[in-house]
Amino acid sequence: MSSNMVAILYLISALLFIFALRGLSHPESSRTGNIFGIIGMIIAVFTTLMFKSVLSYYEIGAAILIGGAIGSFIALRIEMTALPQLVAAFHSLVGLAAVFVAAAAFYDPVAFNIGKVGSIKISSLVEMSIGTFIGAITFSGSVLAFGKLQGTISGKPIVFKFQHLINALIFLLIIFLIIFFVVNQSPTIFWTIVFVSILLGFLVVIPIGGADMPVVVSMLNSYSGWAACGIGFTLSNNLLIITGALVGASGAILSYIMSKGMNRSIINVVLGGFGGEQDTSASKDNSDKIVKQGNAEDAAYIMKNADSVIIVPGYGMAVAQAQHALREMGDILKKEGIEVRYAIHPVAGRMPGHMNVLLAEANVPYEEVLELDEINHDFPMTEVSFVIGANDVTNPAAKTDESSPIFGMPILDVEKSQSVLFVKRSMATGYSGVDNELFYRDNTTMLFGDAKKMCEDIVKSLSA
Amino acid sequence: MEAHSSEVFVIGLTVFFLACIIGYYVVWSVTPALHSPLMGVTNAISSVIIVGAILAAGPQGFDTSKIFGLIGVVLASVNIFGGFLVTYRMLSMFKKKTNKKKENK
Repeated sequence: MSSNMVAILYLISALLFIFALRGLSHPESSRTGNIFGIIGMIIAVFTTLMFKSVLSYYEIGAAILIGGAIGSFIALRIEMTALPQLVAAFHSLVGLAAVFVAAAAFYDPVAFNIGKVGSIKISSLVEMSIGTFIGAITFSGSVLAFGKLQGTISGKPIVFKFQHLINALIFLLIIFLIIFFVVNQSPTIFWTIVFVSILLGFLVVIPIGGADMPVVVSMLNSYSGWAACGIGFTLSNNLLIITGALVGASGAILSYIMSKGMNRSIINVVLGGFGGEQDTSASKDNSDKIVKQGNAEDAAYIMKNADSVIIVPGYGMAVAQAQHALREMGDILKKEGIEVRYAIHPVAGRMPGHMNVLLAEANVPYEEVLELDEINHDFPMTEVSFVIGANDVTNPAAKTDESSPIFGMPILDVEKSQSVLFVKRSMATGYSGVDNELFYRDNTTMLFGDAKKMCEDIVKSLSA
Repeated sequence: MEAHSSEVFVIGLTVFFLACIIGYYVVWSVTPALHSPLMGVTNAISSVIIVGAILAAGPQGFDTSKIFGLIGVVLASVNIFGGFLVTYRMLSMFKKKTNKKKENK
């Protein structure tokens, strides 16, 4: 196959990848988009297999089958609640693959047309080491993020003295190592870069708390793209550069959306330490305030007599696996002629869009699930807000109390609805450690208990 | 490789920046409800790095580079199959359910 033919096929495959992302602008076009992506990948793989230098079909075929079997097995069995961990694990593999490809290019530069062993072109060496550096960081950072999301490692941010200074010094060290590597092309220095970058990846994610994981997962998504880009430059392969840039841009935008949803700069999230060291004693003493408590029958009664209900689910709902019971409750209310909708805060789940997937899995029609800016102006016209497993994202202090750590965060205006039902296990504060003044309002009823049990009880009372 | 190496780099850089701009606009058009599938797809397509791994694993015989290449192929394949399949699973949950719902009850 001529090199022009290869370039054209790679271009087609890159275009198909762009269409795959474009398809996600609407649920109805998204499945076609996914198929475009698959076709693009098949074209890319087969085009590469046609290269004159590629001869070992059996070994490569076996490697694809092994990897494919493992990937399919995991993807078909994973629970949707565990999606963030899965994505983090997959990112780590992209990072590791980038390191291996860079290493392969370093040991056999002739196969990649970038020079001979010991005299690889300088530009290729620079690109190769940058790809390795980003790949290794993506790998170790994702492994740690996976551990935190899975619960294997404590989600608490781990902070120690001079943390940022140490990271900065390690970064400088890596730059020196790269310069050194470009000059003398020694394998020892190549592997030193790999190991120091792996160390840096761990250190960068360690101070970031469990609830900041949406930003971290998006950021690692972005890194995995830049790593692919770095390898693309090394191999002068436009397909890799284009795809890497698409993925990099996508991850960067998602990180931006997530950190904006928490009203924090990306830098603030990256520096970490949030959530662990909040001075909870600073929050006002509310022990003398009265909280109105209710049970499932009260909630059923209130909602049955309303015209419109907005359900605000948070991560606590997903932890309690309450989504199916919640959807059942919504179905009964709808049959009674009550308008039921769901309001999703950008950081409601553990990764971007997580809550939408969990509700879709529980058969909630996506037309009823609305984003913050789509539904926020409807709260004043709504009779009942049913908040389940969420707290900080409804706290009016974000708008009024400048001293609050969550001040400025966009919130769902549940306070404006006529009455608010809060399903919570206890009076404990949310992840930000801030007390929610909504709990003490006259029109708020607290429903203490497990989210799933509470929904099931409400369903019972409604159907009784 | 006939082209001068700095020329190749500049072409790559041109492609890179244009792709970033396309990525920027395409990703902003993605509906927030589908941000999780977006991560699934980007994860799968970033494994197009398999192209580099296949080139390394291509030559006959066995050397360090080939072994690295084969490991790369396995890792990238896990992601390609896993990424597209998990996205497929997510997207099939976002089908219109207006007719199906009554049966589910």
